[in-house]
Amino acid sequence: MTTKPLAMILHASGTNRDGDAARALELAGAQPEIVHLNALRRGSRTLDEAQILVLPGGFSYGDALGAGRLMALDLQTYLSDALKEFVSSDKPLIGICNGFQALVKADILPGWDDEPHAASLVSNECGHFVCDWVRLMPTADSVCLWTHGLTEIIECPVAHGEGRFVLRNDSPLPQGEGLGVRALSRLRANSQIALTYADGTNPNDSTADIAGICNPAGNVLGLMPHPEDHIYSWQHPQHTRGATAGLGLSLFRAGVAYAEGKLDFYVKP
Amino acid sequence: MQHYRIVRTPHAALDVRGHEVCQSARTLGVDGLSEARVSELLFVRGNLSESDVTRLCDTLLADPAAHSVTFSEAGNSPVANSHSVEVAYLPGVMDPLALQLSRAAQQIGLPTIEAATGTRYELYGDLTTAQIVGLAERLLCNATVQRYALGTIEPKFITSINHRTDSLKSSGGEVNLISLTGLDNKGLQALSKTRLLSLSLDEMRAIRAHFESIDRAPTDVELETLAQTWSEHCVHKTFKAIIEYTNEHGQVEIIDGLLKSTIRAATEKINAPWVRSAFVDNAGIIAFDDNWDLSFKVETHNHPSALEPFGGANTGVGGVIRDIMGVSARPIAITDVLCFGPQGLPHDQLPAGTLHPRRVKEGVVAGVADYGNKLGIPTVAGAVYYDPGYTANPLVFAGCVGIAPRGSHPTGANPGDYVIVLGGRTGRDGLHGATFSSDALAHDTGQIAGTAVQIGNPIVQKDVMEVIVRARDAKLYTAITDCGAGGLSSAVGEMAEHPNGVDVELADVPLKYPGLVPWEIWLSEAQERMVLAVNPVNWIALRELCADWDVEATRIGTFTDSGRLIVRSHGKPVADLTLAFMKDGLPRLRLKAIRPKAEIISPYQKFLSDKWNDTENHNETLLSLLSHPNIASKEDIIRRYDHEVRGGTVIKPFVGRFNDGPSDAAVLKPLETPEHNMGFALGIGIATYSNHTGFDAVCEAINNVIAVGADPHRIAILDNFCWGDPKNPEQLGALVDIAKRAAESAEWHQTPFISGKDSLNNTYVDKDRSRLNIPGALVISAIGIVPDVTKAITMDLKTPGNRIYALNCTGQEDRYDMLFGLMQHGLIAACHDVCDGSFAVALAEMCIAGQLGIRITHHPMENPMKTYDPQKERLTEWWFGVMSDYFVVEAKAVMSPQYDLQYLGEVTENPRLIIDPAREGKPLIDLPISELTAAYKREGKYAQ
Repeated sequence: MTTKPLAMILHASGTNRDGDAARALELAGAQPEIVHLNALRRGSRTLDEAQILVLPGGFSYGDALGAGRLMALDLQTYLSDALKEFVSSDKPLIGICNGFQALVKADILPGWDDEPHAASLVSNECGHFVCDWVRLMPTADSVCLWTHGLTEIIECPVAHGEGRFVLRNDSPLPQGEGLGVRALSRLRANSQIALTYADGTNPNDSTADIAGICNPAGNVLGLMPHPEDHIYSWQHPQHTRGATAGLGLSLFRAGVAYAEGKLDFYVKP
Repeated sequence: MQHYRIVRTPHAALDVRGHEVCQSARTLGVDGLSEARVSELLFVRGNLSESDVTRLCDTLLADPAAHSVTFSEAGNSPVANSHSVEVAYLPGVMDPLALQLSRAAQQIGLPTIEAATGTRYELYGDLTTAQIVGLAERLLCNATVQRYALGTIEPKFITSINHRTDSLKSSGGEVNLISLTGLDNKGLQALSKTRLLSLSLDEMRAIRAHFESIDRAPTDVELETLAQTWSEHCVHKTFKAIIEYTNEHGQVEIIDGLLKSTIRAATEKINAPWVRSAFVDNAGIIAFDDNWDLSFKVETHNHPSALEPFGGANTGVGGVIRDIMGVSARPIAITDVLCFGPQGLPHDQLPAGTLHPRRVKEGVVAGVADYGNKLGIPTVAGAVYYDPGYTANPLVFAGCVGIAPRGSHPTGANPGDYVIVLGGRTGRDGLHGATFSSDALAHDTGQIAGTAVQIGNPIVQKDVMEVIVRARDAKLYTAITDCGAGGLSSAVGEMAEHPNGVDVELADVPLKYPGLVPWEIWLSEAQERMVLAVNPVNWIALRELCADWDVEATRIGTFTDSGRLIVRSHGKPVADLTLAFMKDGLPRLRLKAIRPKAEIISPYQKFLSDKWNDTENHNETLLSLLSHPNIASKEDIIRRYDHEVRGGTVIKPFVGRFNDGPSDAAVLKPLETPEHNMGFALGIGIATYSNHTGFDAVCEAINNVIAVGADPHRIAILDNFCWGDPKNPEQLGALVDIAKRAAESAEWHQTPFISGKDSLNNTYVDKDRSRLNIPGALVISAIGIVPDVTKAITMDLKTPGNRIYALNCTGQEDRYDMLFGLMQHGLIAACHDVCDGSFAVALAEMCIAGQLGIRITHHPMENPMKTYDPQKERLTEWWFGVMSDYFVVEAKAVMSPQYDLQYLGEVTENPRLIIDPAREGKPLIDLPISELTAAYKREGKYAQ
């Protein structure tokens, strides 16, 4: 009998979609466990117990000093070496919404050692929190293991106030593409763009419709939308109209399969 | 001690707040503002070198892709710029950002710092100083909680307290004896007024008599305790009063407690076996499945929201969530009903001292969103209602649903149990909130009662929420309640009833800052606090659990069986009251009520009746109904609420092909019960008082949840009355009148009330001393069990060729069962209730949501079912009038006549709503969906 890979779901003060993530990971075949950051900080738990790491959504520390910033500080202060070890040992890590914000602010994404602070997630263009459903297109040639093999559009909700993905303003982009030509070229050249908002559903004016990016190695994914909230058909807004497609579960299945060494055809970058 | 000023400014292209300021300035008539830049201000003070601050900026603030950061030593900041306004909180106002900044500074190894925050607005363009001051006062700063300066502002630091370790305790402070002996009636009334006690003369006399009988003067702590315990807000004197009521026939009835004889009487008569708890605890409780119960509570937070919309609504939501935590449940859904003045009100018509309705709405919506979103509780159902009567007194109803394992909520503290206060710290926040909410707002209330208004710190409550469900599962406490109005005095006082006594030490209560005198600690309404009764053997386990979650828990006393409430400061008693006097000493109110004789009709009701009396322009009539703010889409508000978190929102606030049709009710499936597909629906009915409303509000809420597939026999409702001055006999008469009709409706529907709350004295005293009462409002919130969420129904049209029927449930209770049965058998494709608006509006909304047309060929008059005045009976009224207790149903098959469904027409591919195509001349209505949608969304020519 094979044991399921342990998916450790980090909880910091203000995390609130940990339960949603746990349910998605469980359905995808992992054994989820919500672990308070204090337990890691005090050493009663360690990151290396996990095969998969999840930084779930929420409002860690109330978004003080910018969404994800103080969770990033926790990662940098208490877990710096362990997290580096986790990432470099090629285990799957996913940061969703607030988790993505923390990964970016902790400079784990986009993960360019020679160019820190290259990206950020800032207030939505509309100036307030938005909850709506979006359509996500997995990028075909992305190095991201979480979206590997996914070709169909994922439909799921966004729920954030600071989800506008921007790149450091080295030179303006053509109209409609946001900021940072060079950084964007680098993301593209590295195939780090994992997911984009499709069909005009960009909810926050993110640069180049970017909804999620991965690190150059492909094992760390950060994304603003919530695929963990579309793992059953009845969660889809049109389920009473017969909609059944676009489940976000496929993404978690890919992560779990990789942790189990079963992700076919995935070639490490 | 160095003091630095840090300015963090977003890059111009990302400065969305600056853009908003420009837009808002234009609505205030300031057109000269060409650009605004908004920066965060952070102030730090401590034993800090410049390199320390550089490190703080680099580690905590730098984000070059988003913004730039500069700092300077205070005093060396750039010269005052006449075109800049800086805003900071008043001392003592909750500032979560400052708390987090001090905590984070410590985390990166800096010396302990004091922190403060603010906002800097740089205003460019052709502006006079008077205009800048105007913008500061009317847009950028709310003087209730903030202050502003032109140029640069000097921060007021709060003493930093390390959240995790330090504890600041009271150093004692003054207690005064207040002699009542020798005070005449005038003197007693004057004392009640100057101390903001809101006690009546009778009540003051009862207190005087009590203390004369025990031969001593009360302390300020005792007097304040009684004022809180006996406040309208806490004890609901009016609903318990003996009322001499003159009814519509001029006959006099004696009502021995309005709540008991109407609302609660209905619940007792219905006697539903699945009602677990009604009207006794912090929330009403019903059975969900075999193992879990659902709790539901709705509260109002009107007065604070009028003065500080963000903070008022924010803490209103926080408060009702704590009510649910107070029945040991995990909060899983939020509802909100908001009543505002007209958004386009000219500024010169604004009553003195009030905020513009647009600003109230903006702040209230942001406040609701902030609390619910941060706690990860979906805000899923609500209503928004505009009426000029709510300009000075906006209404904010906030509701919360919780889930808990059956039998897990302990309700009896024992003598010897510890009194534990858990969560936030105590400050001078919200003093006199309970008595203030029981008094009229006046044009100068904002200045007097500033401390009654506060801002929440949701993240603290989030951690408390996590601790409580775990403490409940580990059976670590014997009783629990939330700190709401009246603070510790109410919470501890209530909990002391069961063991029959308590002894509390105020010096042990953890404080936010020094300087509080005992009565302030005891009465403070600081947010995010719960009180638990804990058996001493469980205290260590609870403390460890709290430490794991960074929640502060402190023992502040012991429950006893002495029959007394004893409050001490450093050992010395500062209050010693018998529980018997607190509970039974309040003289019962006797009030007179007269049912209003004149027809009361609101501007909205007048608008509707004008529309259905217009027999010519039916297309225009429908479009103007759809674009009326009370009917038009509320998407601009609802999308700011996270209605998806917890992943259980099966039917969302918006449904249909493009997610823009207004759902009748939300359906949720709790995360806690993955083993089955049961869920629950939440619906809302609202009525302002007229001589026949009340019945309809109950119908609307019930029909909302039935329309989405709730079991008609498993629905419970809550009542919330917001009313004017109950000492005005006509106001009270209207309240009696509507309460009777609501109870009658509940009884007819066999739907029990399980909880309710009233908010009275929603009046505004203008400068000329005239007292304006709000339009009395009744909000009914319904919760209904949905046996299988995968069979839930939405209101959007599904398939061309399906048949459209009307279903009238007036006086026909069995038709609810019939509709429910058809839904369970999969024969219903869509269903929409008609309570809100009219038949024409309901049909139009179904078309908009489904992006399909309807062709109505049959008159419902062919099956005569007259339920209204036959003299007024006209065809147009049938389409445009308010028709309670009707549903529009899209059926997948031809329905046999046995179902009493009235055939109206068919769903069409042709995207038009056509009513009566064979009508002489032209169809009654013939409009494309695009036009209906534009009106409903107030786009293009329908904006404003």
